[in-house]
Amino acid sequence: MSAEENIKSELESKFGFLAGKVRIDRPRRIFADVECNNFRQVIEHMAKNMNFYFICAITGLDEGEKLSFIYHLINDHGVVFSLKTGVPKANPVMQTVTDIFPSAEYYEREVVDLFGAKLEGLPEGNRYPLTDDWPKDQFPLRKDWKTSSCEEGGVGL
Amino acid sequence: MSEGDFKIPVGPQHPSLKEPLSFSVALKGEKILGVDIRLGYNHRGIEKACEERTYLQDVYLIERICGICSHAHSTAFVQAVEEIAKLEVPKRALYLRSLIAELERVHSHLLWLGIAGHEVGFDTLLMYTWRDREIVMDLLAEITGNRVNYGMNAIGGVRQDIDAPEIKKILEGVKTLEERTKYYIDVATEEATLIERLSNVGVLSKDDVLRLNTVGPTARASGVARDVRKDDPYAAYGDLHFDVITDDHCDVYGRAVVRLKELMESYKMIREIVENLPEGPISVRAPRRIPAGEAVSRYEAPRGEDLHYVKSNGSDKPERVKVRAPTLANIQSVKKMLEDRYLADLPIVVAAIDPCFSCTDRLIGVSDLDKNSGKVMSWEELVSYGVDWYRKNRGVDLSKLNESFVKGRKYS
Repeated sequence: MSAEENIKSELESKFGFLAGKVRIDRPRRIFADVECNNFRQVIEHMAKNMNFYFICAITGLDEGEKLSFIYHLINDHGVVFSLKTGVPKANPVMQTVTDIFPSAEYYEREVVDLFGAKLEGLPEGNRYPLTDDWPKDQFPLRKDWKTSSCEEGGVGL
Repeated sequence: MSEGDFKIPVGPQHPSLKEPLSFSVALKGEKILGVDIRLGYNHRGIEKACEERTYLQDVYLIERICGICSHAHSTAFVQAVEEIAKLEVPKRALYLRSLIAELERVHSHLLWLGIAGHEVGFDTLLMYTWRDREIVMDLLAEITGNRVNYGMNAIGGVRQDIDAPEIKKILEGVKTLEERTKYYIDVATEEATLIERLSNVGVLSKDDVLRLNTVGPTARASGVARDVRKDDPYAAYGDLHFDVITDDHCDVYGRAVVRLKELMESYKMIREIVENLPEGPISVRAPRRIPAGEAVSRYEAPRGEDLHYVKSNGSDKPERVKVRAPTLANIQSVKKMLEDRYLADLPIVVAAIDPCFSCTDRLIGVSDLDKNSGKVMSWEELVSYGVDWYRKNRGVDLSKLNESFVKGRKYS
């Protein structure tokens, strides 16, 4: 079995709910979907027991009714594991992973600013990357937000 | 904070090399208690703009994320799109991408070396390395038509081929640069003043690198052999012979040594590429509409890992483009490096991760927290302060080295 298949089978046997949800695209590229309430235990297990201690980035996605977040993790062998989870757009509350990955701080602040995610447990700090006077209800990377909103009067700046 | 402690705003216009960024440095005397960092001054909404443009337009937009590692971003982007579209990129194109990538690394590392020299008062090094850098800038201009934003990449391959006279020029240029780099390595490993100035400054242990997910030469200088070119090969790197340079000094000195030795590896790779360039076409035709899918692409930029994620929806415009450049990954490490260090070390410590922020004004304000008054220093004044502080307090004086660097060696 390849290293990627080992990772897949280890995860599927440890977490029954991941059965059929792990996809190997090519060598060193694995994608997986996980429900929001199971997300935390999976990412913690991967970081602590499966050598995926390195977080590259968090990608936010606006998928209509829900906001999805892809946590791109890598291990020492160059395998990129993209773990995706989603929350309802009406109440986009996620738990922070900064206790597991201190370097995730700015990646989380980015999805807070650009997608309007709410990160529970993320320590107070400067916002990133928008300006301090950016309106609280404007999230530029959501699909209903158009750059034309930026024109005069659009975002109330 | 107790009485006598100061808080110094450094930036946003402008703490270090390029681009705005703001530090708020809490000081006790000259010692840094903690650093608070504010980023985002240069946020231009490029990810959003990519969703509103075609893939073809995005190649050019993405290339303009950064003037120094433009090829890094455009390569990472086209790789992701090609993976989704299942395009078989010709080998010659992959080799040419690696060629430009290594030339770009050479110009970036030489640029860094000069700035690092300047931040500690070793300006002769700045003059020399930036003069040498012109050799590689000329080569890039010769091959691609541009000094920066080369426009080399296309979805499905590259846009420019190279011919025999260009290969000859590349080999000549690399020969000269190799000799000069050897000389810089001699200076860096033999000159006691320089070693003393850079050692034990900006310390970041191997454990910190692993914990804080540090990338690039900064991680490698703390003994972590993390390099996308080796771990997750792309372009021609699977075929090329090179070593991942590491060092165990864990400080600014180590970071200088790693970059210098990486230059030698780049020269080796450039030679290998042009001497073994596969024959054949340089691109395949790419569809205008990209089938629905997603891909993660990684690239070892001069400053470390650059990650792009692209999601397509079957149209001619991407659904989502996500970019994570290396400097963002290293910000937590800078905070760690500055803790309990001296204000005099701030310029070189910040410069040592080779941060990528753009060039504007350079101003820092020093204010007394209680009275809310104080004086304002320019970045240049802060640099001079650092240079003087080391001369007075540590007896490290680089002015002699500045002279001997020119007089003591045969240097054309």
